[in-house]
Amino acid sequence: MKEFTFKTGGVYPEENKMTKDSPFVPLTPPAIAVIPLSQHIGAPNTPIIKVGDRVKIGQVIGSANAFVSAPVHATISGEVVAMELRPFPLGTKVQSVIIKNDFKEEWVGDLKGIKSLESSSKEDLIKNIRDKGIVGMGGATFPTAVKLSPPKDKVIDVVIANGAECEPYLTTDYRVMMEYSEKIINGLLIEMKITEAKHGIIAIETNKKDAVLLLEENVKKRRIDNIEVILVKTKYPQGGEKQLIKAVLGKEVPVGELPLEVGAIVQNVGTLKAVSEAVFEGKPLIERGVTVSGSAIKRPGNYTIRIGTTVTDIIQQTGGLTKKLRKLIFGGPMMGIAQSTLEVPVTKGTSGILFFGEEVLEMAPQDEMPCIRCSRCVDWCPIGLMPLLIDHAWRREDIKLTETLNATDCIECGVCSYVCPSKRHLTENVRNAKQKILKQRKIEAAKKAAFEKIKALKEKKAQEAEEKLGEGEKVNG
Amino acid sequence: MDENLVDLIVTSSPHIRDKAKVSLIMRGVLIALMPATIAGLYFFGVGHTLGVIIVSILSAVVAEYLSCLIFRTKATVYDLSAAVTGLLLALTLPPSSPYWMVAVGAFVAIILGKWIFGGIGSNPFNPALVGRAFLMISWPTYMTIWVKPFTQSVFPPTSAITTATPLNIIKLKGFSELLTMFDGSRLIMYKSLFLGNVAGSIGETSALLLLIGGIVLIAKKIIDWRIPAGFIGTVFILSAVFNRDPIFSILSGGLFLGAFFMATDYSSSPITVKGRLWYGISLGVLTVIFRQFGASPEGIMFSILIMNCFVPFFDKMLPRVYGHLALKRRTSI
Ligand code: SF4
Ligand code: SF4
Repeated sequence: MKEFTFKTGGVYPEENKMTKDSPFVPLTPPAIAVIPLSQHIGAPNTPIIKVGDRVKIGQVIGSANAFVSAPVHATISGEVVAMELRPFPLGTKVQSVIIKNDFKEEWVGDLKGIKSLESSSKEDLIKNIRDKGIVGMGGATFPTAVKLSPPKDKVIDVVIANGAECEPYLTTDYRVMMEYSEKIINGLLIEMKITEAKHGIIAIETNKKDAVLLLEENVKKRRIDNIEVILVKTKYPQGGEKQLIKAVLGKEVPVGELPLEVGAIVQNVGTLKAVSEAVFEGKPLIERGVTVSGSAIKRPGNYTIRIGTTVTDIIQQTGGLTKKLRKLIFGGPMMGIAQSTLEVPVTKGTSGILFFGEEVLEMAPQDEMPCIRCSRCVDWCPIGLMPLLIDHAWRREDIKLTETLNATDCIECGVCSYVCPSKRHLTENVRNAKQKILKQRKIEAAKKAAFEKIKALKEKKAQEAEEKLGEGEKVNG
Repeated sequence: MDENLVDLIVTSSPHIRDKAKVSLIMRGVLIALMPATIAGLYFFGVGHTLGVIIVSILSAVVAEYLSCLIFRTKATVYDLSAAVTGLLLALTLPPSSPYWMVAVGAFVAIILGKWIFGGIGSNPFNPALVGRAFLMISWPTYMTIWVKPFTQSVFPPTSAITTATPLNIIKLKGFSELLTMFDGSRLIMYKSLFLGNVAGSIGETSALLLLIGGIVLIAKKIIDWRIPAGFIGTVFILSAVFNRDPIFSILSGGLFLGAFFMATDYSSSPITVKGRLWYGISLGVLTVIFRQFGASPEGIMFSILIMNCFVPFFDKMLPRVYGHLALKRRTSI
């Protein structure tokens, strides 16, 4: 079988996928759930319940009228005891609904899905996906319904199921593929119907060959002839949207554009499973598969966890810690975010939670040495950037230069820092530069908009004045 | 939860790093240089030759240590880069070099070649070659005494039989004269050059062993193949154009040592992929021009030192950024 891959850059970190053979085990729903009201990229939600309300599983507790948004549902039944700012995995605090579990596990009404794909309209399908709060579960948390509603003039040829889980330690997607292959294919069919894409591709890395075989078999068994399972080379960041498109289609998404510009939509396999459940079972996104791993946790494994379950709860339910916990990471070790408290909850975007002890200090030393110009960071950057130069410019506070060096194109994959023999904080500084540039651009845009507004207002006034003058003339004349 | 069990540190991603360290890379270079070094000892005798190598490395390391003290930076002796410079310098010197001269060369290499520019990563020229160029200009006679293989064994070196290097002979007497030294057979000449059984600097004579070391470095991704390939390939093709024996041209002199180990010095070579290829090619062009028209028979050292000046230019050959259709011309970097 042919192996696809992107050409420039990329690394092969040690996999450490020790949870590969651990099937999903459901954790007991938490006694207290901390559910952030906004769990997606886009407009924040507003609460539609009050403190003291009784809620049931699947009940909408946060919603928004904005286009780019996804509602949030209660994930346990019980009483809303508080609504306040709580720690969020991105390092910020987010308005969260605190629910005290009554352990009745009561659902809000009967869940109803569609009967068949053929008899449902595109609009119905999208509505289901939107109402059930489905977002990208690979970590980006972009509202799925929005992704599936491209502008009218865009033609989608292919929906790519992303099974190239390339972060070390994470095995969530792999387990989803092994245990819910049916649902992944369903999800893909649903999305192909919505987007009118003629092809579906399931892209899986070579280190997950059994998933490839399983999905292939499934596709064949169901006699689906427009879905193809393909192998992509095991390489980080193969699972990045841009890299996967380059690998599979040989195309590049133009700067500042979305994949649909090249006729493609990429969906994480976990998201496809959730899409299938939302459409066929009417099930909202209230729980997700999470890889719990790392050297400091007693029982690493894959767990199905209710959204809103805090790390404290997870540690307790998985047997506790084995040693002093020095680093808690949400996501994988390459792109994940280190947490400062155990009170962070699992959200829709949490693919993995990693627990590390003291050894983590050696795994990513913080002491920087001088750059030796070895150009490893240049050779391995999957985007073709010059991390050492951007880093240097950032340190000199030359933001203009970082912009010229395309710092804004960085996908923050961490490869440059990973390969640097001098352990320089390249990714961090390129990310900083990128954020600073974007912020400046926003300010510029706001300034310009304000200026335009004033100008328009002035013009209007001038016009009105003129009209008045005109009228006056008429009266006089 | 037990308070003592949790002490969270928050740092930016990535949370794991590759094992690559500067010292590991330098160790790789040292290992890759071992075959050629041992060949040097074999051909030119363990006694004085070994002394030259040891004096050079030790002086370089001492100079590095002193520089760290003078420039008040963290001791960088352990990153092994000074040891690499010391060994490289030794390998470019004649086997009979006096120890005091070797020590001076090593000090110049580290202090003038590296530290006055700011230490590791900041030197625009290859430090070992700066040291060698200094010696070449200061003591040209010592720098052009060449020992016939297997005649210098133990201290003192004066017992050795001196001769000219193959490139020297061509320069002075022509190719046919050289050929007679190898019984008139090109094949024997190629073989001698390939194995290193000819006069020359300590580490430059065995093309085979340098090639092995170079391939190891390429395979380990420590150096990029483009510089040596561009360099050696260009010398091969251009020599043919100038009607010189191309195989002889690539096997003789310090080409392999220069191409694999000198031109690839991180600080003084381009950081972009395209830049490295063109850099290698330009080195080849310059070397052939030097050999053809220059006063000295070699040309590797000055080619590299001169092209070092143009590295900022090659650094502008930026890679294409994902999603950008054509490389935008940039005015200032
Ligand atoms: S983090 Fe950014 S600059 Fe660094 S390798 Fe990844 S894309 Fe390139
Ligand atoms: S990888 Fe590190 S040492 Fe090498 S060029 Fe990049 S920043 Fe410099």
